[in-house]
Amino acid sequence: MSDVQTNLSGAKAPHSDRPLGDVILETRDLTKHYGGVHALEGANFVLRKGEHVAIMGDNGAGKSTFVRQITGVEQRTRGDIIFNGQPVHFAGPLDAREAGIETVFQTLALADHLDVADNLFLGREKIRFKLGPFSILDYKAMRDATLAALVKTGVKIPNIHNTIERMSGGQRQCVAIARTATFHSKLTIMDEPTAALGVQETAQVENIVRTLKEQGEPLILISHNMRQVMDLCDRIIVFRRGRICANLKKEETDGQDVVAYITGAKTQPEYEQEFA
Amino acid sequence: MTDSAHGIGGLKYDPKKRAKPPELNVFVALVLLVIAFEALGRMLYGESFLFNTRDNVDAIFNWPRLNIIILQVSIVGIIAIGVTQVIISGGIDLSSGSIVGATAMITMSFAQTALVNGNPNPKAVFGDWAMDLPVLVPILVGLACGIVAGTINGLFIAYTRIPPFIATLGMMVSARGLSRWWTNGQPVSFPTESYAALGKGMMPVVYFIALAILFHLILRYTIYGKHTFAIGSNEDAARMSGINVARHKVLVYAIAAMLASIAAVVLSSKNLTAQAGMGVMYELDAIAMSVIGGVSLAGGRGSILGTVLGALIFGVIISGFTFLKLDAYYQEMVKGAIIVGAVVLDQWRQRRNAART
Repeated sequence: MSDVQTNLSGAKAPHSDRPLGDVILETRDLTKHYGGVHALEGANFVLRKGEHVAIMGDNGAGKSTFVRQITGVEQRTRGDIIFNGQPVHFAGPLDAREAGIETVFQTLALADHLDVADNLFLGREKIRFKLGPFSILDYKAMRDATLAALVKTGVKIPNIHNTIERMSGGQRQCVAIARTATFHSKLTIMDEPTAALGVQETAQVENIVRTLKEQGEPLILISHNMRQVMDLCDRIIVFRRGRICANLKKEETDGQDVVAYITGAKTQPEYEQEFA
Repeated sequence: MTDSAHGIGGLKYDPKKRAKPPELNVFVALVLLVIAFEALGRMLYGESFLFNTRDNVDAIFNWPRLNIIILQVSIVGIIAIGVTQVIISGGIDLSSGSIVGATAMITMSFAQTALVNGNPNPKAVFGDWAMDLPVLVPILVGLACGIVAGTINGLFIAYTRIPPFIATLGMMVSARGLSRWWTNGQPVSFPTESYAALGKGMMPVVYFIALAILFHLILRYTIYGKHTFAIGSNEDAARMSGINVARHKVLVYAIAAMLASIAAVVLSSKNLTAQAGMGVMYELDAIAMSVIGGVSLAGGRGSILGTVLGALIFGVIISGFTFLKLDAYYQEMVKGAIIVGAVVLDQWRQRRNAART
């Protein structure tokens, strides 16, 4: 694969021309205070079906806080989240997952001693015979569905019977992503999916993201990697000091421009009053 | 979709590279140990450890010895089945020995017979109403004791988030206190015939094997088993995946204590008496069997089959030392060394795995 690009303009990077659909996620005045620390302040955000949006910003700018409010990991201080046309109040990450928001966490939520199929179906196993906690597992159905999911996402795993502990970081990340892609999620969120990966592994993960794009799956990507963001996303939201400071279309910006927003050298006019 | 699909993306699936079952090492250790005793026996005494050497008996193996090897570990083995599950889930259970003691005392009180050789039962705990009850009553009482104790363990561990070591240490001390308080330290004896029949002869082995098979299947083929491994492997991942970790832990500890109470019923029936000091140190033997059988103290790894093999290693060591006419004290010293050795091996295996990735 020769898709390691150094082209930061992004304009030439390939991406799907599929028209964007309805609004899938909207936040209004989303705010989170940790005691006196205003980690997130008045975030207004819209994501449409089929759209891949990157969230960028310095450390502590509020990116992860923003995601944690959406995925129900934390409870917001103020504001509304409208998902799929409905205002939602997720009590926890499970609620969000039930509603169709799948998150690939920075710390991988995989069980090291289990194999790929077990991990894909962890917590939602297919069963052959229902008997409360002693329900009999349907290994065959889970294995078949796992193979189908791996084919669909283009994930390369030498042997799905291998336990996760025997896999490389990239393969682990792929399993985590394949999991989100298996369950017809309405929205996928990835929090620095390639932060710990090598070049080839990163390329593999990016290919999966492109596959999701082709399939019209909406995605929020948190990343520090400018090249990756320019490659994979339609739009870039920049956070600074807990606030959104820019909402940039990929075609209308470039790497230097985004860095200027991240560092605070620039602020989009419509957000300026908030930083006053 | 068959094996070809394993190699998605051109990576080939090599069946030779599949990991060997981890129990294989334990099995090899067991075989080596038996061979060692066989060789030592022939060299030192000209006797066989394993094979029948008497002319008046028509058998290849020395069956009485084989029976004793497994009989002497089957009661602790039953406990070890439960302890294995607890350790796989990432916890530890120190209370099983004391639960054996308390359950045996309480259960036996409901299993007594009114008349002993025509005289009233000298060890009667309750009045006439508790005499000569159907055998099902003490069994159910025993199971209930275990389930209650295990649920208390589990609730503390799951909802107060105190370390399992502390929670079950508390239960270990309290349950031992309960078993002493129950009759002020007096033994409870003279069970009904039907109760005494429960643990007669080789019956403990039957229970041990049956429970081992049952829980092997449960761990392997049910959601309970999958979630037990998942929680031991990565508790946060399990929680994120929607597993009710707290409820599952309560279940694991309840099942472990229930198995300890089954051991108590079998033991008190076999001995025809219950004493406050019953089961002391059983928890450590059970943990040792699990660890020798390849159960990782870090959680997430292990199997009932391994634990059964670990129990057999225990049995072979005890019988082997008796066979070699070595002092019982040596047994304990060697047992201790083997436990430490097994954990060292486990740590080494984990480090090697960690280094590989």
